[in-house]
Amino acid sequence: MSAFPQPFTALAAPLIRDNVDTDMIIPSREMRTTGRDGLAEGMFAPWRYTDADARIENPDFVLNQPEYRDAKLLLASANFGCGSSREHAVWALAEFGIKAIIAESFAPIFRGNCVRNFILPIALPRDVVEHFAACEVTIDLEAQTVTSDGATHSFDIEAEAKQMLAHGLDAIDLTLTQAGAIQEWLNADKPARPWVYLEHSR
Amino acid sequence: MARTLFDKIWDAHTVAKAQGGSSLIAIDRVFLHERTGAAALNRMAEMGRKVLDPARVFAVMDHIVDTRIGRGDGTLMQGGEGFITETRAACKAAGITLFDVNDRDQGIVHVISPEQGIVLPGLTLVAPDSHTCTQGAFGALAWGIGSSEAEHAMVTGTLRLERPKTMRVRFDGGLGFGVTAKDMILTVIARHGAGGGAGHVVEFAGDAVKALDMEARMTLCNMATEFSAMTGIIAPDAKTFEYLTARPYAPADFSDPHWQTLHSDTGASFDREIIIDAASIAPMVSWGTSPEHTIAIDQKVPEGPARAHDYMGLAAGDALAGTSLDAAFIGSCTNSRISDLRRAAAILEGRRIASSIKKALVVPGSLGVKRQAEAEGLDKIFEAAGFEWRMSGCSLCFYAGGEGFPECSRTISSTNRNFEGRQGPGIRTHIASPETVAASAIAGAIADPREYARSREAAA
Repeated sequence: MSAFPQPFTALAAPLIRDNVDTDMIIPSREMRTTGRDGLAEGMFAPWRYTDADARIENPDFVLNQPEYRDAKLLLASANFGCGSSREHAVWALAEFGIKAIIAESFAPIFRGNCVRNFILPIALPRDVVEHFAACEVTIDLEAQTVTSDGATHSFDIEAEAKQMLAHGLDAIDLTLTQAGAIQEWLNADKPARPWVYLEHSR
Repeated sequence: MARTLFDKIWDAHTVAKAQGGSSLIAIDRVFLHERTGAAALNRMAEMGRKVLDPARVFAVMDHIVDTRIGRGDGTLMQGGEGFITETRAACKAAGITLFDVNDRDQGIVHVISPEQGIVLPGLTLVAPDSHTCTQGAFGALAWGIGSSEAEHAMVTGTLRLERPKTMRVRFDGGLGFGVTAKDMILTVIARHGAGGGAGHVVEFAGDAVKALDMEARMTLCNMATEFSAMTGIIAPDAKTFEYLTARPYAPADFSDPHWQTLHSDTGASFDREIIIDAASIAPMVSWGTSPEHTIAIDQKVPEGPARAHDYMGLAAGDALAGTSLDAAFIGSCTNSRISDLRRAAAILEGRRIASSIKKALVVPGSLGVKRQAEAEGLDKIFEAAGFEWRMSGCSLCFYAGGEGFPECSRTISSTNRNFEGRQGPGIRTHIASPETVAASAIAGAIADPREYARSREAAA
C-alpha cells in the first residue's frame, strides 16, 4: 500500500450514475476468498461483462474503452459507494489502479475505506464533475485543488485524512502511539461502566 | 448545555483528540461475520497484532452459511466453506467468542446481538457490516465500518473519527392500519433521498417511534444506512430495558442511574430536523433500483433514471399494485424477527401462495427465532401456504453465487436493498414489509396487505 502519488495527472473515466452501490462495484459472487487480492477482475462485473462467468467484455462500458483500460481517476455521481460496507469494493478499485475518485458525494463507509486504502475521495458539484469527463485532470493534494482545462476547483478533506493519504500512514500505528491515553481512559471507565467489561463466558 | 443522546455517547467515549483533528473514540463492542471478518482477523495476524480485549469481540457465521435444514460447513456458494473454516480458525486464534454455524444461538449478527444482550444502551458498537445501525434501536451508537476499521477497533479499542452532524427524524401521531416500521423508514428515504442522511447520526423520535416495540425499532434503524446516515439511534425507554433484562451478556439489572441519562435533553439542538406525520404513511413498495425509488402501494411509478426503468421493466405511469411476481422472500436483518414472522403468518394462515410464485422462502433471523416460531406453529402455517422454512442466515438478501432465484425473477422481498443484481443477475427486487410480501405472494402480484388483513379481521 502506498501514499497518494504526487504530482498526479490522469485522464478522467466518467461513470456518472447516481447511487452506484458496492454490490455493483464488487458483486458478492466475485468475492471468492477471504483475501484482499484478485478482486479487480470482478470489479463492476455486471456492467463490464456481457457474460460475467465467461468474462466476455461489454465494449460500451467505460473501463473497457481503450483510453480507460488503465484508468487511475474515476468520475462518479451522487452517493457513490452506497450499500454494503464491504471494503472489497475499494480493494478492487485499488488493485485495478484507481488512485482518486471525484464524485458529487460519497457514501460514508465507502469514503472511509477509500482513505484507509489511499484512494483520494474528492467531492465536487455535479456540473464540475461532469465537465471533467474525458479530460486530463491534475490533482494537487497539498493545495487541495483539482485543475482541468485551465480551471481550478478547491476541495475539502479532513486534515487527518490528508496526512494519511499524503504520507501513506497506517492508522493503527498512528493510534498505537496513544496507547497510554487509551489505557488511562479504560482504567477510569471500568469502575464507572462495569457492564461494558465482560468475562469470557463461552 | 442541552445535549443530544448522540452528544452524550460521543463525549463519554472521547479518549483523546487524535493528532490531525479527529477524535479517538472508545469502542465497547466489535462484532464480526465470516464475509468480512476473516479479512480483518487475518490481516491482524499477518501484522503480528492482537485483539486488545477479546471478551468484547464477537463473531458469527451468517452471511453465506447454507440455510437448508441439516446444513454443515458446506455452502452452495463455491468456495464459501473457506470463509467459514478460516473465520472459525481465526476466531479461535484471536480468542474471541464465535456463534458457529449450528450453535443454538446462531443467527444474523443484528438479530443475535440484541438477543444475547451484547448491545446495550449508551455503548459504542461497530461491525464490518453496513446494517450495524440496526442496533441503534437500543440507544447504542452502533455503525458499520470496513475491515480495516474493524481491525483498528479490535487492536486499539478505538476508532479515529470526525464528529458527525446530528439529525432528528420525528414521527408525530400514530401509524394507520397495516402500516409498519418498514414503511416508516422507506418513507423517509423516498421523501429525502438515498443520500439524505449523509454525514449525520439520525435520532428517530416522536409518538409513533415510542409506540413501536423493540423489534420494529430495529427495522426502523436498520435502513439508516440506506439513507446514507452514519447510523440511526432511538433513546432507550422501559421497553428497551425490559427487552434486555436477563439476556446472557446484559447486566443483571438496569438500576444504575446512568441508564436514565441516555436521552436527548429538552431543548437539545440538532443540525437538521425532519418531521413526518405518521398518519400520512401507507404501505410502501420499491419500484426501481435504489431504496429511494419507493412509493406508496397505491401510487403510480414516477419518472426516474432510465436505467432503473429498463432494469425493472416498469415505465413511468405504471401501477405497482398488480405487477406479476415470480418469487417471495421473508428474512434479513430488516425483517426476520419473531414479530415479523407472526404478522406474515397471520396473513398467510389458511391461504396458499399463487401458483405463479416459483420460489418462496422464510428464513428466520436466528435459530432462537426459528425455535420460537416452531413452538407457535408458524412454520406449519408458512409451509402449508407454500413457503419453504429454513435455518437462519442472511440467505437471499443478496446473491453470493450459490442459491438463487429462478432466472429473471421479479421478487417481493422483506429485505433492504433493491439494487440492480443484488439478489442475482437480472433479478428484479421489490422491497416491502413482511405483510406486503405475504399478501403479494398470495396474490401472485404486488398487493396491498391491508386488504388481506382486513378480510381476516372481518371473518373473525
